[in-house]
Amino acid sequence: MLFNAFLQAMREIRRNLMRSLLTALGIVIGIASVIAMVNIGKGASESITQSVSELGSNTLFIMPGQQHGGPGGSSSIVKAFKMRDIDVLRNSIFSLSGISPSENASLTVLYKEQNYQTTISGVNNDYFSIHSWGLKDGRFFNKSELRTGKNACVLGQTVVKKLFGSDQSPVGKKIRLQKFSCEVIGTLKAKGANTFGRDQDDIVLVPIKMFLRRISGNENLHLIMASVKSNIPLEEATLQIEQLMREIRHVKQGAEDNFSVRSMAALLDTIGKITSVLTIMLGAVAAISLVVGGIGIMNIMLVSVTERTREIGIRMAVGAMAKDILIQFLIEAVVLSALGGIVGILFGLGITVMVSSIIHINLIIDPTITVVALLFSMLIGIIFGILPARKAANMNPIDALRYE
Amino acid sequence: MISLRNVTKSYGKGDAVSVVLKGIDLDIEKGEFVAIMGPSGSGKSTLLNILGALDVPTSGNYKFLDADIISLSKDQLALFRRYILGFVFQGFNLLKKTSSLENVEMPLIYLSINAKERKKRAYEALKNVGLEDRVHYDPGQLSGGQQQRVAIARAMVTKPQVLIADEPTGNLDTKRSIEIMQLIKNFNDEGITVIMVTHEEEIAAFASRTIHMRDGMIEKDHKNAL
Repeated sequence: MLFNAFLQAMREIRRNLMRSLLTALGIVIGIASVIAMVNIGKGASESITQSVSELGSNTLFIMPGQQHGGPGGSSSIVKAFKMRDIDVLRNSIFSLSGISPSENASLTVLYKEQNYQTTISGVNNDYFSIHSWGLKDGRFFNKSELRTGKNACVLGQTVVKKLFGSDQSPVGKKIRLQKFSCEVIGTLKAKGANTFGRDQDDIVLVPIKMFLRRISGNENLHLIMASVKSNIPLEEATLQIEQLMREIRHVKQGAEDNFSVRSMAALLDTIGKITSVLTIMLGAVAAISLVVGGIGIMNIMLVSVTERTREIGIRMAVGAMAKDILIQFLIEAVVLSALGGIVGILFGLGITVMVSSIIHINLIIDPTITVVALLFSMLIGIIFGILPARKAANMNPIDALRYE
Repeated sequence: MISLRNVTKSYGKGDAVSVVLKGIDLDIEKGEFVAIMGPSGSGKSTLLNILGALDVPTSGNYKFLDADIISLSKDQLALFRRYILGFVFQGFNLLKKTSSLENVEMPLIYLSINAKERKKRAYEALKNVGLEDRVHYDPGQLSGGQQQRVAIARAMVTKPQVLIADEPTGNLDTKRSIEIMQLIKNFNDEGITVIMVTHEEEIAAFASRTIHMRDGMIEKDHKNAL
C-alpha cells in the first residue's frame, strides 16, 4: 500500500512537474542553506583552528592606538612604535619567547626580465619562530644584516616560482626591489593559503632596519608580534606588556591605552561572533523558507485535493478507506518535500564546494546533517501535508463522485 | 440477498427538508438483473447510491445476506464496497492520463494484491470486455464505448457479487449501448446480481425485473418476460 502510494505520488508529481518544482522551491532553498551553513561553518572553524595552531595560539599582536573590532578594524591614528620599544619589551618581559616587528608594503620585485608585485615584510629572525616557518633553502638573516639593515631577502615560494621558475635555486642571486638590489639568502617552505584566502607564500622578507631605511623611510612600526612562552598564561603576558607599554608611552592614570594587545584567541573570538551572527541570519533564512515552503506544499496539496475530488470519489467507491486516501495524499506531500530536500541537499553541497574553494577553507561534508536535512524535509511534508490529506480522507464518497 | 425495509432519505433541515425516498421496501435475490426506472427526481439514483453503500439512508433497514448494513461504520462500508460490490457510472469515471490497465488495476491495490498478479488479473478483465489491444491507452484515446468497457472491467476485476450500474449507457449511442448491455447481461448470466438505473425502455429490457419509481416510492415492480 505504501509502495503503491509512493508510485502514485511520483506519477502525480511527474504529471504536474512545473508546479511541483515551484512548490518545492521553498524547501530547496531552506534545505540548501541549512546544508551550506553547517558544512561551511564546520569547514571554516576547522580551518581557523588549523591556522591558529600553525601561527600558534600563543601569539600576541601589539598595535598602536585602540583597535575596535580586532585587527583590520578602525584605529585612531596615534603615535607609532619605534625600534627601541621592541628592545625594551625584549629586555624587560621574560615571558616572551620571541618578538618581531611586522611592517608591510606592496612592491614590484624584479629578476632579469621577470617582475612580480608582492608583499615586502620587514621583520627580524623571531618572525620565523613565531610563525613556525622553516627554510627550504639557504639561511635566515645574520646578526650583521639585522644590525645594519643590509640588503638581504628571504623569499616565499610563490615569489620564487614567479621570478625564477621552479628549477633553479635563487639563493645567492640578486633581485631588485624598486631601485635597489637585494641578495636572496634563503627561501621559505611552502605554507599555502591561510584561512582568509591570502597566499602566505606570496611574500619577501627583509630585515626590519632595511625596510625602515629603504622602503618606509621613517622609524615608525605599526605592528609588533610576540609569542608567549608555553608555560606562561597568555593573560599574564598580556598584562605585563600592557603595564610596560603604559609606562613607556606615558599613558596617564585612568586614561585609555594608546595601544592595544590582542591575542589570537581574541581574534578568534571576534571571528566567532561574526560567524555566529551569520549562522543566526542564515538559520533564520532557512527557517523562514522552510515554513514558507511547507505552506506552499500545503497550498498545492489543497489545490490537488480539490482538483482530484472525483478521483477520491472513485477510489472510495471501489473500496478505499479514509486512511487509504489519507496515506496517499500524505505520501504525496512527503515525496514532494523530500524531493525538494534532495535537490536542496545537492544545491547545498554545491554551494559548500564553491564557497570553500573561494574563501580557502577546508571542505567538510557532514553526513549527519545531510541525513537530518532529508528527514526534516520529510517531516515538513508530514506537518503541512496532514491538513490537505485529512480534507481528502474526510470526503463523502457520494459527494466526491458528484463533484464537477 | 438484499433486503430494504421502510428506507427513507431526506436532505436539508427544518422547512427546507426534502424527502427523496419515502419508505422503500425492496428485496433482491441473488442473480437477479434489476432495472430501476423513473422520471428525474423520482429518487432512483438515491436508491441506487444507498444500495451501493455510497450513501446512507435517513431511516429504515438495509440487510445484505445477514449483515446489517445500516450499522456499519464508514470503514466497514468501504470494505463492503471493496469486497462485495462493483460500480459502473454514467460518466465512466476513469482516472485521467492513466492507462486502461492501471485503471483496472486500481481496485486490486486496495485488495493488497501484488503488482504482478494485479497486472495479470487486470489484463484478463480487459480481455473479457474485448479491450486486450487497448491496455496501454489512456481514457482520452478511447471512444465512449471503450471507456465504459474499461469501467466495466474495473468493476468486474474484483469479482464482485453485485454490480451497481448508474445509467451505464447514458452517454452512448444506441449501437454502443447494446454492446455494453450485452456485456453486462453476460456477467449477469454468470451469476452476478446487477442493479441498474436507466431511463430507457430498450436498456431496461435487458433486465429480468423492472422497478418503476415515482416521488420517492416504488410505483410498479414487475418481472420482465424474457
